[in-house]
Amino acid sequence: MIKIENLHASIEGTEILTGINLEVKAGEVHAIMGPNGSGKSTLANVLAGRDEYEVTEGSVDFLGEDLLDMEPEDRSRAGLFLAFQYPVEIPGVSNINFLKTAINEAREKRGEDPMPAKDFLKRVKEKSKLVELDGRLANRSVNEGFSGGEKKRNEIFQMAMLDPKLAVLDETDSGLDIDALRIVANGVNELKTKDNASIVITHYQRLLDYIVPDFVHVLYQGKIVKTGPKELALELEERGYDWIIKELEEVTA
Amino acid sequence: MNETVTLTNKDKFLSHFDLVDFSMDEDFSSDKRKEAMELIQWLDFPTSKAEYWKYTRINKIIKGDYKVSAPENEIEIDLAVPTKNCIVLINGYFSEELSFFDITEGIQFSSLSDAKKSSSILKEKFNSLVKKDEIFADINSAYHQDGAFMHVAKNVQADEPYYILNMVDDSNIISNPRNFIFVEQGANAKVVLKTINTANTGSFTNMVSEIFVEKNAHFEINKIQDEAEDSFQIATEQVVQADDSTFKINTFTLNGAIVRNNLNIDSLGKNTMTYLNGLYPLKGKQHVDNHTYLLHREPNGESHELYKGIMGDSSTGVFNGKVFVHREAQKTNAFQSNANIVMTDTATINSKPELEIYADDVKCSHGSTTGQLDEEALFYLRARGLSKESARAVLVNAFASDVIEQIGVDAVKDEIEKYIDDNYQGIK
Ligand SMILES: Nc1ncnc2c1ncn2[C@@H]1O[C@H](COP(=O)(O)OP(=O)(O)OP(=O)(O)O)[C@@H](O)[C@H]1O
Ligand SMILES: [Mg+2]
Repeated sequence: MIKIENLHASIEGTEILTGINLEVKAGEVHAIMGPNGSGKSTLANVLAGRDEYEVTEGSVDFLGEDLLDMEPEDRSRAGLFLAFQYPVEIPGVSNINFLKTAINEAREKRGEDPMPAKDFLKRVKEKSKLVELDGRLANRSVNEGFSGGEKKRNEIFQMAMLDPKLAVLDETDSGLDIDALRIVANGVNELKTKDNASIVITHYQRLLDYIVPDFVHVLYQGKIVKTGPKELALELEERGYDWIIKELEEVTA
Repeated sequence: MNETVTLTNKDKFLSHFDLVDFSMDEDFSSDKRKEAMELIQWLDFPTSKAEYWKYTRINKIIKGDYKVSAPENEIEIDLAVPTKNCIVLINGYFSEELSFFDITEGIQFSSLSDAKKSSSILKEKFNSLVKKDEIFADINSAYHQDGAFMHVAKNVQADEPYYILNMVDDSNIISNPRNFIFVEQGANAKVVLKTINTANTGSFTNMVSEIFVEKNAHFEINKIQDEAEDSFQIATEQVVQADDSTFKINTFTLNGAIVRNNLNIDSLGKNTMTYLNGLYPLKGKQHVDNHTYLLHREPNGESHELYKGIMGDSSTGVFNGKVFVHREAQKTNAFQSNANIVMTDTATINSKPELEIYADDVKCSHGSTTGQLDEEALFYLRARGLSKESARAVLVNAFASDVIEQIGVDAVKDEIEKYIDDNYQGIK
């Protein structure tokens, strides 16, 4: 699905990603953990195509295409979805209308007709139910005045509407109460098939009780420094990151 | 010895009107013309030293080489105006052929020249609101050819919008359209005042409208300025609002090299509601200057002012909104906001809200913001699959939406929405 090789990225001259290697295959769930500021969101944003970050080295292959060469909208249309750590509020832009435009522009690019209004509304109903997003929220301006939890649910709602091949969830669990967490996780699990995959960025093992990862990676100073099975998450929660950092220092020493 | 006569700019400018024949005018109107000509003698064109004209240089306007057109007949054009009532002016003259009316009891809607022959209210109030020391307004009073007249009788509710189309169809035309609108007690009406320019070069439209909104009357005017790219317009609205009345004006400046709007509400009665809204999506080297003046003279008035600019290319926007609250005008609520999106490094905006308050029990606020399109929002939308162009269009639309929502005439709403869609879909 996606193959990231030796990815380096910097912002305003400071290198943040210092050589990431990661391969995710269809049907897999990968968790990425790591201390604050280690570069998790940077990785997510670079994948989504944010142009503040400059990719200085490396390559990303997404479904056989050179991802780094694509505009953000083309990445989305090719099936990449990023659930933002901090979803922006966009006053005056209707959640539903912009999704309709997004879906129909993607269809137009593929040479398909626009989605009939009836089908679209049916889909809105179905998917907002999936994440238990109040119908009124779906109709409001994008994230405007939404609570933290509502914003995160709205991200998953949009993900469900767009039906991506690879979803990158950047701390979608942060700030969620336990019910919301379950709802969001259920949403993700419902959408899971053998043909799609997800990368779940989180600080908390509790999310991984619901969304069970095939691999857990530790990102530290812009690199993946350790990869393990789902049990690694538990160990990280108990012991923190210091032991990994120590291990690293011993290796380099 | 040779005697040389140096013509001033003003003399040259006024000479454009030498050949216009006003002899058919009614006596009261001729008198007003003479008065105005007298005043003009003592006035001069403002320079940028005058505070009121500080950010708008009018040299290009006054140095234009204009002609006054003759009344035209036999024009074939499909105006496709979505209304049953439309007055069409061509180059400042009333076009009987293109205008159409649906006779409604209690509403007089005609050319100004027709009304001069019969309307007693016009005879009584004509030119009573215009500022005497404003040279452009005086020029209009002295040299206007024609315009629209509307008189809505007591308690008459007009559902349909009334259109005044002011069309320029030749190059280098100077015209002085003059409108007079009187909405009697308890009446309700909506007008669309639209300038279109089908020719290309160097015209100047100097329009004046006097508007009376009587006790408990409700009046809305939607002003669409779609001048040619290198034409000029100065539009002056003089408004008075009696007790319990509502007045709303929505100004959309879509095109024109220099457009200046002087919106003056010099008298507001008790318990009045006033909405002044404007949207100026600019491109090229357009220069648009919105000057508003609101005088809260009596208690319990409420005014809302919302002006928004979308500044592209090397355009310049000026907003100067003055609100004056008289010491008698307790419990006044006056809110003013001017927001601008600057799309390029070369576009500029001068925004100057002014509040002058002499009453102590009032709520007044003003705010002015200028910024770029929100990059984060842009990226968010693109990351969800919207093209860069659509994402921009969506954000520009959202920015303009609260002004557009103020429009009470559906056809105008559609027109402005379409304009925004068409013009911001393709920008890079
Ligand atoms: N726009 C920016 N300008 C300057 N530095 C930045 C910018 N964005 C990120 N950084 C820096 O890059 C580093 C990585 O940030 P990033 O947001 O990727 O961390 P993270 O792993 O997602 O952290 P967290 O767990 O707190 O979300 C941090 O040191 C951060 O300060
Ligand atoms: Mg982060």
